[in-house]
Amino acid sequence: MKILKYQYKNTIEVIEILIKNVPLHQILETLKFKLKKDMVISRKPLHFIAAALLAFMPLISSANTVNDSTTVAIEATHESAEAGHAEAHAEPTDLKSKIKAFINHHVLDAHDFTFFSDEEEGKHYGFSLPVILWDNGLHVFSSAKLQHGEAVAESDGNYYKLNHHDAKIYKTDATGTITEGKNGFPENVRPIDFSITKSVLTIFVAAILMFFLFTGLAKSYAKNGGIAKGAGRIFEPLVIYIRDEIAIPNIGEKHYKRYMSYLLTLFFFILFLNLFGLTPLGINVTGNFTITFSLAIITFLITNLTANKYYWGHIFWMPGVPKLMRLILAPIELLGVFIKPFSLMIRLYANIFAGHIVLMSIIGLMFIFKSWLGSSLSFGLSFLLSILEILVAFLQAYIFTMLSALYFGSAVQEHHHEESHV
Amino acid sequence: MQIPEIVGSGLIVIGAGLGIGKIGGSAMDAIARQPEASGKIQTAMLIAAALIEGIGFAALFA
Repeated sequence: MKILKYQYKNTIEVIEILIKNVPLHQILETLKFKLKKDMVISRKPLHFIAAALLAFMPLISSANTVNDSTTVAIEATHESAEAGHAEAHAEPTDLKSKIKAFINHHVLDAHDFTFFSDEEEGKHYGFSLPVILWDNGLHVFSSAKLQHGEAVAESDGNYYKLNHHDAKIYKTDATGTITEGKNGFPENVRPIDFSITKSVLTIFVAAILMFFLFTGLAKSYAKNGGIAKGAGRIFEPLVIYIRDEIAIPNIGEKHYKRYMSYLLTLFFFILFLNLFGLTPLGINVTGNFTITFSLAIITFLITNLTANKYYWGHIFWMPGVPKLMRLILAPIELLGVFIKPFSLMIRLYANIFAGHIVLMSIIGLMFIFKSWLGSSLSFGLSFLLSILEILVAFLQAYIFTMLSALYFGSAVQEHHHEESHV
Repeated sequence: MQIPEIVGSGLIVIGAGLGIGKIGGSAMDAIARQPEASGKIQTAMLIAAALIEGIGFAALFA
């Protein structure tokens, strides 16, 4: 058996070598899965068998009925609140409200990090995050005191209650009354909320992860004389791509270095947060208006604070256009200055948020179908959609970075001569 | 959701779909003419598609 210097690409090759040296390999040759003579489906039968097993695995699973404790579900308060608001809201079937709670758990921000909850016993598995409020004095307490909207937390004489509808903390009295206004929105006073919520924790985790990854990568360059070694090597082509294809063509050779650090941070920050959102932990950071708004505001500030006079000239008194038209176009261009970051915000938010909602809905669809065919098709569809979501994660990070580079480029543009005088 | 909202969402999706489809079509024509420029054409197509999708989503959500 000449295996001594062979480089195994994977364990399947090892098995194939072992099998080849036993007369079984002749049997495997005939198993090359030919449809007709000379029409081979697969030259590597073991690969094909493994892939076929994986693809048909959902068909041998079974869909569980409604009373299943593994459904990432409703908190105990939600049911009691639903009973209380039965007149106000139409009461959906139990499964639909569970799916809604499941989607809400994944998509909304929360003051604790719930991994999954067991609705039969009302226990939640996860950990509580600190609640930091400013209400004429700093109040810090653990969100376990809020008990998912059931209890009234007391801190230095002030009482706070978590409203289960919108997961926001309101100031109440000792009994925890929340007076609802005309549209059903509470009218209590809200303290200023600086809590460490799920999204904030994820941002910190992403920041620390990026910090260690990239400083490790930088150190490996120094240690190995200009060549990166180690797992961080995967980022080198991305960084070079951002520099050569995004920064330099849009900003130009003279000024691109000033903006490189921001563009790199932006790209990897959005990328990591998008990828975190695809995990089943129920993290949804870039699917929030606020996060994307902050990123867009930073781009807006950098663009307008580092702009030169040609940038403003192109907005208000654009060359190459008859003078009367300039008066009409100037307000539109000024509006454009504000709409461009706004569209950046909306684009990222809507892509990620919509993707999450659709994916969670299709997963919920799996439980509504009681037949094996419907559930397995939903499973397949959600799997394919998850792969598309990975593509969307990369694409949206790239688009945000590229458009920011484009705006920076227009901010530092040089003087070009007009082609025609009208 | 009421009927006008449903009709509006449908129109938005038709608009976005037509726009991105047109861009995809001309990208295919361009790649067929010059296969060696397919990298740049693909990049430009993705950028235009993302911009149109941005408008589509903005309208859909607001």
